[in-house]
Amino acid sequence: MAKSLVDKIWDAHVVNTAPGGLDVVYIDRHLIHEVTSPQAFDELEARGLPLFRPSRILATADHNVPTRNQHLPIEEPLSRSQVDKLTANCEKYGVELYGLGHARQGIVHVIGPELGLTLPGTTIVCGDSHTSTHGAFGAVAFGIGTSQVAQVMATQCLLLSRPKRMRISVEGELRPGVTAKDLILYVIAQLGTGGATGYFVEYAGSAVRGLSMEGRMTVCNMSIEMGARGGLIAPDETTFAYVQGRPYAPKEAAWEQAVAYWQTLYSDADAVFDAEHSFAAADIPPMITYGTNPGMGIALNGHIPSEVPAGEAESFDKSLQYMGFQRGESLLGKEINYVFIGSCTNSRIEDLRAVADYVRGKHKAGHVEAIIVPGSKQVEQQAIAEGLDKILAAAGFELREPGCSACLAMNEDKIPAGAYCVATSNRNFEGRQGPGSRTLLASPLVAAITAVQGRIVDITQYLN
Amino acid sequence: MEKFQTLHSRAVPLPFENIDTDQIIPARFLKATTREGFGENLFRDWRCNADGTPKPDFVLNDARYAGQILLAGKNFGCGSSREHAAWALYDAGFRVVISSYFADIFRGNALNTGLLPLQVTDAELSRLFALVEQDVTTQFVVNLPAQTLHVPATNDTIGFDIDAYKKECLINGYDDIDFLVSQKPAIAAYEQNRTWAW
Repeated sequence: MAKSLVDKIWDAHVVNTAPGGLDVVYIDRHLIHEVTSPQAFDELEARGLPLFRPSRILATADHNVPTRNQHLPIEEPLSRSQVDKLTANCEKYGVELYGLGHARQGIVHVIGPELGLTLPGTTIVCGDSHTSTHGAFGAVAFGIGTSQVAQVMATQCLLLSRPKRMRISVEGELRPGVTAKDLILYVIAQLGTGGATGYFVEYAGSAVRGLSMEGRMTVCNMSIEMGARGGLIAPDETTFAYVQGRPYAPKEAAWEQAVAYWQTLYSDADAVFDAEHSFAAADIPPMITYGTNPGMGIALNGHIPSEVPAGEAESFDKSLQYMGFQRGESLLGKEINYVFIGSCTNSRIEDLRAVADYVRGKHKAGHVEAIIVPGSKQVEQQAIAEGLDKILAAAGFELREPGCSACLAMNEDKIPAGAYCVATSNRNFEGRQGPGSRTLLASPLVAAITAVQGRIVDITQYLN
Repeated sequence: MEKFQTLHSRAVPLPFENIDTDQIIPARFLKATTREGFGENLFRDWRCNADGTPKPDFVLNDARYAGQILLAGKNFGCGSSREHAAWALYDAGFRVVISSYFADIFRGNALNTGLLPLQVTDAELSRLFALVEQDVTTQFVVNLPAQTLHVPATNDTIGFDIDAYKKECLINGYDDIDFLVSQKPAIAAYEQNRTWAW
């Protein structure tokens, strides 16, 4: 029978089907971090259960770590205690920890792929909704709650309903200045913030196949922002070239065997999808969000909608009031005070290169604070090796140390109340970057141009 | 997990769509390493000013409203996977959230916390909001075994769906971990039999 990609991977991981129809699904990789794991370790302890497969867990400290002076003890006592607890739990249970000070520490969704732990055909979970990032490799990857973190620790399995399948195809070539981030912001704006709830999304089409692995990760990362359970892309030569030679990637004969299997991972020609959407790459403009959910996105040179469905007016106007915007307004010319380049969406070397390429020989506007937080120590080291740090410093951008940082503002990196921040992260929710902060989501290129101009501009007029 | 069978309660209305888990419990309150105490910061930035004083116009600060049922706009619980959102609602005394749909991860987290996500249609949700608007003391009866939401004042009864397994878990106070641990022999056999394991 013809199968979709997600079904092929799902079927290969079903251990058993429980009475009532839920599947016991085997999990190949479990990624954990300091914020959503402590209560799960406590639950194992309370129930007297051992950690079933420690070697299938990768731990890092990312959500709650400072992005300056990481060599010093964490100042904030609660953050320090959470990170210390992760370290103690990893030692106690024999889990490999890429903690602060480790040469490969970083955001969990950046280091998994870097290490070659993220592989096609695998199932990957983490107590973090952006786990869908790993779907870029043709993996079934999704975020879970802490109760489920404990379940995976105890049994390496989860009890799950099979997801519905959605395919989103984007055909053609992206226009100059239009990136993977614009592609996914455009798709989310079309489908809405709940438009893919209950579905696992497969991204397909020539525009998607034409993306680098970094771009594919950006696309899959934001699947959750339209409610999807996950997103994935069929693995191909681009995928294999990225994976080959990484520390945990299969080697030699195992590599050949792996690639032979991975080449079977695609949706069969007559596979049936529960929903399908198609878009033309040429229709996608540089994007920006104006509201308080990622579905509230428009073309950078467009206008905030004037009309909304009657039932949604109250929430819509509440959102605009929070942002300080009006219906029907253009964002062009709006002064911006902060630019944040980072997060599991856009903190990889390609993102830093795009920023550095643009700002080389330029300088940020005087009233803008621009920070760049690399996704990992590896990205940071690569940026330094390529001299990007010097270009960025000369342009007035501060290159920090790795972590989730101002994406969710658990650490000191916060945007003040009322201030506008153009951010390359994934969420523009009220207070996401600090109480009262106002976030406009965009690509690294849009963020870089905004920092230099100090206001929102039509970037097509400013491309190098 | 506590057992859930029936609940008689008033409802607290929050008629906004796409209420994300960052609103339910902001990230800066996720630094605790236990499950308790998150209720104190439920809807913190909607409930309190920056200096911690309560915002009088927010529904949870309005003495007219009370109850263990939260009535919320569609797509409740979107965004971050933080189970702390379900813990915060539970810790603040809520046992049921009614909406016209729930984000997937939140729905699972709620069920694993003993908090019932009760899904109704958009039209039913509008009617429920109208009932509470007319009379804040309107009583609701949630009957999980019968899968009904009953309004004695109007004699309306709305049926709702829930996965049969999850229903049993909630009624009996079981959680998935008990079942999964019972599967360990099958899990070990699966590991032995797979042809590849990277």
